[in-house]
Amino acid sequence: LFNMFPLTVENKHVAQLLLSTGTCPRCIFRFCGVDFHAPYKLPYKELLNELQKFLETEKDELISEVPNPPPKKIRLQELEDGIDGMDNLSQNGEGKILIIEDGSIASKNSNLNVCNVCLGILQDFCEKEFIKKLSVREVLKWIKQSLSLERNDTVQLKEAYKWITHPLFSEELGVPIDGKSLFEVSVVFAHPETVEDCHFLRAICPDCFKPAKNKQSVFTRMAVMKALNKIKEEDFRKQFPCPPNSPKAVCSVVEIECAHGAVFVAGRYNKYSRNLPQTPWIIDGERKLDSSVEELISDHLLTVFKAERRPFAIELVNPHRVHFTSQEIKELQQKINNSSNKIQVRDLQLVTREAIGHMKEGEEEKTKTYSALIWTNKAIQRKDIEFLDDIKDLKIDQKTPLRVLHRRPLAVRTRIIHSMETHYVDEHHFRLYLKTQAGTYIKEFVHGDFGRTKPNICSLMDVTADILELDVEH
Amino acid sequence: AGAGRCPQGAGFAAPEVAMPAVPSLVDRYFTRWYKADVKGKPCEDHCILQHSNCNNTGSIFAPRRICVITLAGPHLVLQSGKAIKSISYQISTNCSRLQNKVSGKFKRGAQFLTELAPLCKIYCSDGEEYTMSSCVRGWLMEVNESILHKPSILQEKPSTEGYTAVVLPKFEESKSITEGLLTQKQYEEVVVKSINATTATS
Repeated sequence: LFNMFPLTVENKHVAQLLLSTGTCPRCIFRFCGVDFHAPYKLPYKELLNELQKFLETEKDELISEVPNPPPKKIRLQELEDGIDGMDNLSQNGEGKILIIEDGSIASKNSNLNVCNVCLGILQDFCEKEFIKKLSVREVLKWIKQSLSLERNDTVQLKEAYKWITHPLFSEELGVPIDGKSLFEVSVVFAHPETVEDCHFLRAICPDCFKPAKNKQSVFTRMAVMKALNKIKEEDFRKQFPCPPNSPKAVCSVVEIECAHGAVFVAGRYNKYSRNLPQTPWIIDGERKLDSSVEELISDHLLTVFKAERRPFAIELVNPHRVHFTSQEIKELQQKINNSSNKIQVRDLQLVTREAIGHMKEGEEEKTKTYSALIWTNKAIQRKDIEFLDDIKDLKIDQKTPLRVLHRRPLAVRTRIIHSMETHYVDEHHFRLYLKTQAGTYIKEFVHGDFGRTKPNICSLMDVTADILELDVEH
Repeated sequence: AGAGRCPQGAGFAAPEVAMPAVPSLVDRYFTRWYKADVKGKPCEDHCILQHSNCNNTGSIFAPRRICVITLAGPHLVLQSGKAIKSISYQISTNCSRLQNKVSGKFKRGAQFLTELAPLCKIYCSDGEEYTMSSCVRGWLMEVNESILHKPSILQEKPSTEGYTAVVLPKFEESKSITEGLLTQKQYEEVVVKSINATTATS
């Protein structure tokens, strides 16, 4: 096992320096670009041991083993002495290490109890014992700062933590780990002692820390990163010790959060009632029409999850249940279909976010077929509408309809009416079948929308026309 | 007792070929509001068409309803015998409503209008000049450019193709937008009163 010690001679100097200033073995590995997982997973005590051995220069003396497992501070003291070589060897803690009355260790550059970089996260907090407790909180702003120095291959603290803890979580919970899973577990740390460490940046780069309405604190990760990129090396060093001081206390755990990415359900539906709106129609708190397509389909999904039907998609946010057998989906579809004779659903299925993107794209490119019942103010004869059948690929310009202008940008959209077919009904009515480019506002093409859709049925026929019924065929 | 309205012009529907058997587009989608004697000028009545759309999702906010500014039937410009020479959106040396450019979903760049803000000037062959006003507060979305090319549309279809402008109220003023205006019923009473006054005095 110990042949696999990941540091080589080139790393020795850096490792010595880091260790002497209070950095733990795993963080040392990270700064040395150790990017395979195995070394990180070794128990902390072993790592310390091996590191110590590795850093021994041509030392003849062995570290004497004490029968009871020695408290950390003594072990590290020996290590320290080892690093120094033969100088300042002392049995009662003189030299670089000061032992404070309360038992905790503090020294300017050598507190080996709590790592000055990871604040203990890669020490106790990735040990099996801790994982069993499962209650943590992380705030790593100023740690990220130190990680952003120099090397590009410095391993992110978050990554190393995941390498170690994923298998432990996996074992504890009995599930496989998938880095790309939609189910996320967030582990949150706090370290009040150092939260304000980065605040000095505001004095130097005030424009990076502008307060915005929704932010609790201006010291966001982005803002701090920006400031760090801007600040000059000398200015930084004046304000902030490098290496950072050893913290007095380890960071603390706050909470663990679980969330599942949204899942998507798609299918096809037919609408059998003209009095059923797509979405709930409520004015001034008063519902104008009973129910809606959206509610009829989604109610069932939320509780659990014509010939040519129209495709639809629903995004279900942070679902607590995501796995359904095809049988269960079938039953859900049946339930929806049984609950109302106003709509019928087909092809209900779970889909990915990418598939939804495709659906939306497809909508743009397709052509749509509609059937409309038109009313005219002037009395008409069959010959008055025949000419419409001969019009092919009519280009129309549609300003954003007044009925949607409050929520859509004002624009002119060119659309194509590919073909039309008329069926005379009576002196004031006829049926119009249209094949149009997707995105055409049919009602506005018929009544003209105050002349803002040109040309339109009114202008083509020189009448006042309006639309009484509109059905989608395809 | 002030100029009364011409009885013939007091019809509330624009001259149509036949009375519609079904409610018109305006009937179906808009609420009619009125301002009589705009800017104190007798019979220069405006009709504001407020769209009836709503916030579908049961929002607690008052819906933001587009307003279309039009001439009311009794307006002098719409009386028989009046011929329009031209219409201009240049309301002052520095301001033309044609310069109004609106972009994006939030309609940035629009000119803001108060109730008395002028929209356009109508020049008639008999030398009379009429100014149309916004009558509501809000952002100017667009003015009707087709009446520049064919002013007669204003008289032929004042409630639809002959509209003048489209205004979008401020979000926070969605509810109060019609406070200074008369409902259809109130306006009818005003008109009836003034016709009776005219008949009485003539």
